[in-house]
Amino acid sequence: MRGSHDLGGLPAGTVDMAEHEHGFWEKRIDGIRLLLSDKKRQLISVDEMRRGIEALGKEAYDKLNYYERWTASVTGVMLEKGVITADELGRKMTEVEERDKARFENG
Amino acid sequence: MSEHTHDHGHDHEHSHPNQPDIDAEPMGYYQVMGSALGELLIEKAVITADELRSAIEDVDSRSPEGGATVVAKAWTDPDYKSRLLENGTAAVDELGIDMPATHLVVVENTEKVHNVIVCTLCSCYPRMLLGLPPDWYKANAYRSRVVREPRAVLKEFGTELADDVEIRVHDSTADMRYLVLPRRPEGTEGMTEQELVEVVNRDSMIGVTVPKAP
Amino acid sequence: MLVRRAYPPGHIRTPWYIRGKTGVVERICGDFGNPEELAYGRDGKPKQPLYRVRFMQNEVWEDYTENPSDTVDIEIFEHWLEPGA
Repeated sequence: MRGSHDLGGLPAGTVDMAEHEHGFWEKRIDGIRLLLSDKKRQLISVDEMRRGIEALGKEAYDKLNYYERWTASVTGVMLEKGVITADELGRKMTEVEERDKARFENG
Repeated sequence: MSEHTHDHGHDHEHSHPNQPDIDAEPMGYYQVMGSALGELLIEKAVITADELRSAIEDVDSRSPEGGATVVAKAWTDPDYKSRLLENGTAAVDELGIDMPATHLVVVENTEKVHNVIVCTLCSCYPRMLLGLPPDWYKANAYRSRVVREPRAVLKEFGTELADDVEIRVHDSTADMRYLVLPRRPEGTEGMTEQELVEVVNRDSMIGVTVPKAP
Repeated sequence: MLVRRAYPPGHIRTPWYIRGKTGVVERICGDFGNPEELAYGRDGKPKQPLYRVRFMQNEVWEDYTENPSDTVDIEIFEHWLEPGA
């Protein structure tokens, strides 16, 4: 099966040249993966991250944007390695979400 | 479960990396995930907030100006240009640009040959020289088509080459990273190296456009 | 050099479109860790020779309509290459 990322030569539409300003959250995941892959930590390699992205499957590859795929992959590899547990992550995500909601409620 | 109540005291500004100027909407699922991941890693001392801030600043500090400086020097210094084409990594290191894990291959546009760079498999890009890649470089259309019909794709960027020009596509699949050395445009004779830096645009170093004299 | 016609699963950096095609070595890049192994957290050693291989576009694509001199250069690891056509 051809990987959903292996795009060379496939039919596609015209190039959309619009560019967006990189959001803070995008730079943050970039920073996180740079640190996790550095000599001090060596917790993820760029190859592992790419493999993680490829393993997301076609639907996710098409639906998620570039940095969302990075986030999914890096988080998945950290779970695989036990750097974080699913329970910790789930609870923290709920906490983050609630904090975010409160930010809007409080105006 | 560890009773780790969030300490707003000393580390409030580090552990709440929401930036009010951009977060005008509620966070999406993956933003929440990324935020949670960052906080957990800091709590576990896998990374520190300072290291993260520094890493983000480093990402922000790279721009196409690095690549443009290299090109302008190659245009004005023939010995540098030879060294650059011979060993890109060493030549950019002379200018203080470090390629930590990858090797730089600089490919020269001539009257007869035009080079264009792509990473069909993901988005490999010489970030140390050009900063973050543009959205189109990472998107499906470019990655699918430039390797198959480069002239048609270049035309979409407004670039038309003579029929007899050979187009050389470079697919960055492994540890090499590529920079196109565009042709110095006519009308730039007598410009200083610093002035030439302004003439070199990012897209010409990817190979989808050619630089123009101001 | 011929790019082997093999289609394993896993993290493969030899693009689908070039498998089974024949090109010429443009340069030897040096030895690098094997990404197929690095992808699973292994050390990718022994390092493998990496080549830049040049292909004629009109041999890669059946219906290539642009300049017949056009080429595509791709970095390919030695274990994906065999001599000849």
